[in-house]
Amino acid sequence: MNQQGIIETRELTKAYGGFVAVDHLSLHIDEGEVFGFLGPNGAGKTTTILMLLGLTEPTSGVARVCGCDPAREPLKVKRIVGYLPEKVGFYEDLTARDNLDYTAALNNLSREEAARKIGELLDTVGLSEVADQRVGEFSHGMKQRLGVADVMIKDPRVAFFDEPTAGIDPEGINQVLSLITSMAKRKVTVVLSSHQLHQVQKVCTRVGILAKGCLVAEGSVDQLGREAIGGGKLRIEVKVSQPTSNLIRSVENIKGVTSVESTGDLLLVTCDEDLRPQVARAIVDSDSLLVQMKIEEYGLEEIYMKYFRET
Amino acid sequence: MPGLMAIFRKELADHFASKRFIILSLLIYLAGIATIYVAAQNIRSGMTETTQFIFLRLFIVSGETLPFSFPLFLSIFIPIVGIALGFDTINSERTSGNLSRLLSQPLYRDSVINGKFLAGLFTLAILVVSIVAIVAGLGLRMIGVPPSAEEVLRLLAFILVSIIYGAFWMALAVLFSVFFKRTATSALASIALWIFLFLFMSMIARAIAGAAVPIDQNSSLDLIVRNDEVYRTISRISPNTLYGEAVQVLLMPELGNPSATLMIVSIAAAGMIPGPLSLGQSLLVIWPQLTSLIALTALCFAISYIRFMREEIRST
Repeated sequence: MNQQGIIETRELTKAYGGFVAVDHLSLHIDEGEVFGFLGPNGAGKTTTILMLLGLTEPTSGVARVCGCDPAREPLKVKRIVGYLPEKVGFYEDLTARDNLDYTAALNNLSREEAARKIGELLDTVGLSEVADQRVGEFSHGMKQRLGVADVMIKDPRVAFFDEPTAGIDPEGINQVLSLITSMAKRKVTVVLSSHQLHQVQKVCTRVGILAKGCLVAEGSVDQLGREAIGGGKLRIEVKVSQPTSNLIRSVENIKGVTSVESTGDLLLVTCDEDLRPQVARAIVDSDSLLVQMKIEEYGLEEIYMKYFRET
Repeated sequence: MPGLMAIFRKELADHFASKRFIILSLLIYLAGIATIYVAAQNIRSGMTETTQFIFLRLFIVSGETLPFSFPLFLSIFIPIVGIALGFDTINSERTSGNLSRLLSQPLYRDSVINGKFLAGLFTLAILVVSIVAIVAGLGLRMIGVPPSAEEVLRLLAFILVSIIYGAFWMALAVLFSVFFKRTATSALASIALWIFLFLFMSMIARAIAGAAVPIDQNSSLDLIVRNDEVYRTISRISPNTLYGEAVQVLLMPELGNPSATLMIVSIAAAGMIPGPLSLGQSLLVIWPQLTSLIALTALCFAISYIRFMREEIRST
């Protein structure tokens, strides 16, 4: 963390009267990351995003986006940052194209450049056929996709998505998520907040878990899972035809295995790293038959449950 | 200012395409044409050979069928137009979920208020100019007396004062749209304040003046003048009074300075008829009224700014 991240907060705090929404949050996000903010409703995800955008002032602490203070230099920040709010709205009487055109004008794009970009973006988000329909007739999913186009039109370096998948159908969710992934491929730093774990898991390179305004955990999904369940270890589940005490002993002797539990024909091997090949050889050597073997994957579900049970 | 022109252009286009604008212009044109028709029919009454400003009389004469003169009717309708163009400036953006998207674009927050206000003001100005032009044109056809240069200048000043008056009501409506989350509330609050100032302000001023300087039939002229002064001072809180006085001086210069009306009445009673105020003097006389209207507008603006700048913009 010696190098300056594209988003940096130190001891960022927001209090509403006595209620602390964001509590001394220190965060570091590097350029090109897809960072997921996780947490239950009211954990401070939106408030943090608002402070990073300069839409609300922090009570104390420092926020930096590309080295600028969003509260002091809002224009510099807003030129390079795109934001899709949770309940995004468009001018319902205007067409999709006109709505994007207005955003383009607010960003000082020339007419030709705007027209070209709007055409491209409407294509990208799959709305070119309804480009000249009034947004009032759009479904929620279509509006959300239009919102993604609205964020992309200014070519942001950082894009914030607040609950981008809330309230839309599975197909719509996939479309929005693949759009977000395609943005990340173009080296746009993406910060998205959600309480829908599976989606975050699909697209995020790193997640931060917020609870009651505090960052309780941070890291890649994989890494967090290990910490949550195995205390930093991996678990391998092995099914053999006839487990013998010899077999258990030989598995225990493999370097890196910390413990072996056996229940019936199931062996639960806890180890420091992925030792599946070594375990397999031990089983074969002991003349038992290997039925199946799998490494436990850590879903965010478990991670989530663990952290929220604790707080 | 970044974004200001873009917002101005969009809002102006919105205004002109809106049903609201069509309804307002129909209402104002209909009422304007009705008053000019009645005025042209009644313009001969009360005219003498020495009457000056015959063309201006078109704007101030009313008849039995429609006891509204044109300025009185404008003093009622301009606030409605101002409020209708301003009451949902900010809160409609908020309820439609556009505000947080708008404010995450590279523009200052005051550009949003300014751009929208200017677009509304432009729309209002078009309405006022067009109705005065229509009334003047029709009047010219009906009575066939062309306006003098001074009359034209007085009409231009009248248009300007009317626009400033409308600007105040729009600024007030914008202020309410910043404070109230719902558009219905801000519309109602603006209308309520308008009705209060229009109907009750003079009643209240009368009561206070009566309590401060009690008068009866036997009171001396001095006491009556003092009572009247208190009454006028209090009723000037209301922009309607300020507008009414300014318009009176501009369109009925023979009545003189409204602050000294009673004095003129007493002088006239003594057989001396004062000459009409010249244009320069008229402008001098209405200067305080004008600056008060502008100051009230600026005050509404300042409060809206302060509130809006520090506000947290949430989409929910």
